[in-house]
Amino acid sequence: MTPRFAPGVRLHHDVARARWVVMAPERMFVPDETALEVLRMVDGARDLDAIIDGLAEKFDAPREVIAGDVRGLLDDLVARGALVT
Amino acid sequence: MNAPLALLAELTHRCPLRCPYCSNPVELTRASEELATEEWARIFREAAEIGCLQVHLSGGEPTARRDIVEITAAARAAGLYTNLITAGVLLDAALIARLQAAGLDHVQLSVQDADAAGAERIGGMRGAHARKEAAARLVREAGLPLTLNAVVHRQNLHNLPRLIDIALAWGAARLEVAHVQYYGWALANRDALLPTRAQLDEATQTVQAAREAHRGRLVIDYVVPDYHAARPKSCMGGWGNRFLAVAPSGRILPCHAAESIAGMEFPNARETSLRAAWEDSDAFNRFRGTGWMREPCRGCEHAERDWGGCRCQAFALTGDAAATDPACALSPDRALLLAAVAEAGATAFRYREFG
Ligand code: SF4
Ligand code: SF4
Repeated sequence: MTPRFAPGVRLHHDVARARWVVMAPERMFVPDETALEVLRMVDGARDLDAIIDGLAEKFDAPREVIAGDVRGLLDDLVARGALVT
Repeated sequence: MNAPLALLAELTHRCPLRCPYCSNPVELTRASEELATEEWARIFREAAEIGCLQVHLSGGEPTARRDIVEITAAARAAGLYTNLITAGVLLDAALIARLQAAGLDHVQLSVQDADAAGAERIGGMRGAHARKEAAARLVREAGLPLTLNAVVHRQNLHNLPRLIDIALAWGAARLEVAHVQYYGWALANRDALLPTRAQLDEATQTVQAAREAHRGRLVIDYVVPDYHAARPKSCMGGWGNRFLAVAPSGRILPCHAAESIAGMEFPNARETSLRAAWEDSDAFNRFRGTGWMREPCRGCEHAERDWGGCRCQAFALTGDAAATDPACALSPDRALLLAAVAEAGATAFRYREFG
């Protein structure tokens, strides 16, 4: 599975408030820190495995630990309409 | 003081349609007085600097401007999420492709009714409905997300189920069912537009059922109109709290209807920065927060939830913009609003036009 942003959805740096926001048609939300890390890996090219590898490396954590979290977060972001797979 | 989240950029008052509820002021600004492309580009940068995340490119009909592609690109270059609010009748595949290349994020398309005859009577333009349908198809073919905006009132509410069908058929992911707000042109047409209580209750049920039936396919935004509610809406999330608008003339407004309040003066983006207008202008500070309130709003537990309702509506009905919105059941002027509901029932429209 290769997640990408749904049409009209993008991650945006809110400079004035020093945070990242997910901008979507007629709504926006502020992702928590872990969701943000996942969203920053989503580029339409990386598949699920590549995202897990990337985050395991970045946080120097065992792959198995990261994998469960990432799957859960991706499901949630798909359910919220931010990502499509 | 909060930073604003969104800018409404009213690029022009020109529009091929003539909707009798148009939210533009009764005194429309002419093309020769409109802001130039570079002025809009500067306004977008200023808006992003003070915290805006998104811009609604609106009008009038924004695509009536020949520089709409450059304007869209400037909004994206400033870092704003870019939403085009359009009647759709001037869109073709080439323009949509250019807008998309310029970075347009989302299209919000208006429909006036569920069938061509009704839609064209209300919008006052022949052939508009078919062109909107074609525009919706082109937007979806380009892969852009589409929201349909259906303005509803006494003369089309019975077609709400069919408007929902249209949203699905035209490929919209969202449908905004927007009740008319009564100032400006809509106030002049209130007798022809105000729905009955029965119409409203039926519409609310229709929306609830449709939300269930189309979960996961279509999101429906719907707010009960305040002429039939006990509490007013939180207009603009509070005056000078989350939102600002710039009119075609350059006037910087706390709400797109604010110019309907007689006697108020607004800063102009030609000589005042958005930051100065937001932070220091009398116009923005006049009804900001709760300090300006009188009873019954003063001290009311809802004061920071609905901010006393709509200033434009308070002015339109009572002549005093600092009054409690008569849409509130606690307002001493509530009778004005109830009388309007009781008296409504005209059919003829007064269409919007340049004076
Ligand atoms: S409400 Fe109707 S007349 Fe007014 S700008 Fe929109 S489409 Fe044009
Ligand atoms: S009295 Fe004023 S603050 Fe209280 S609910 Fe009514 S409008 Fe809102």
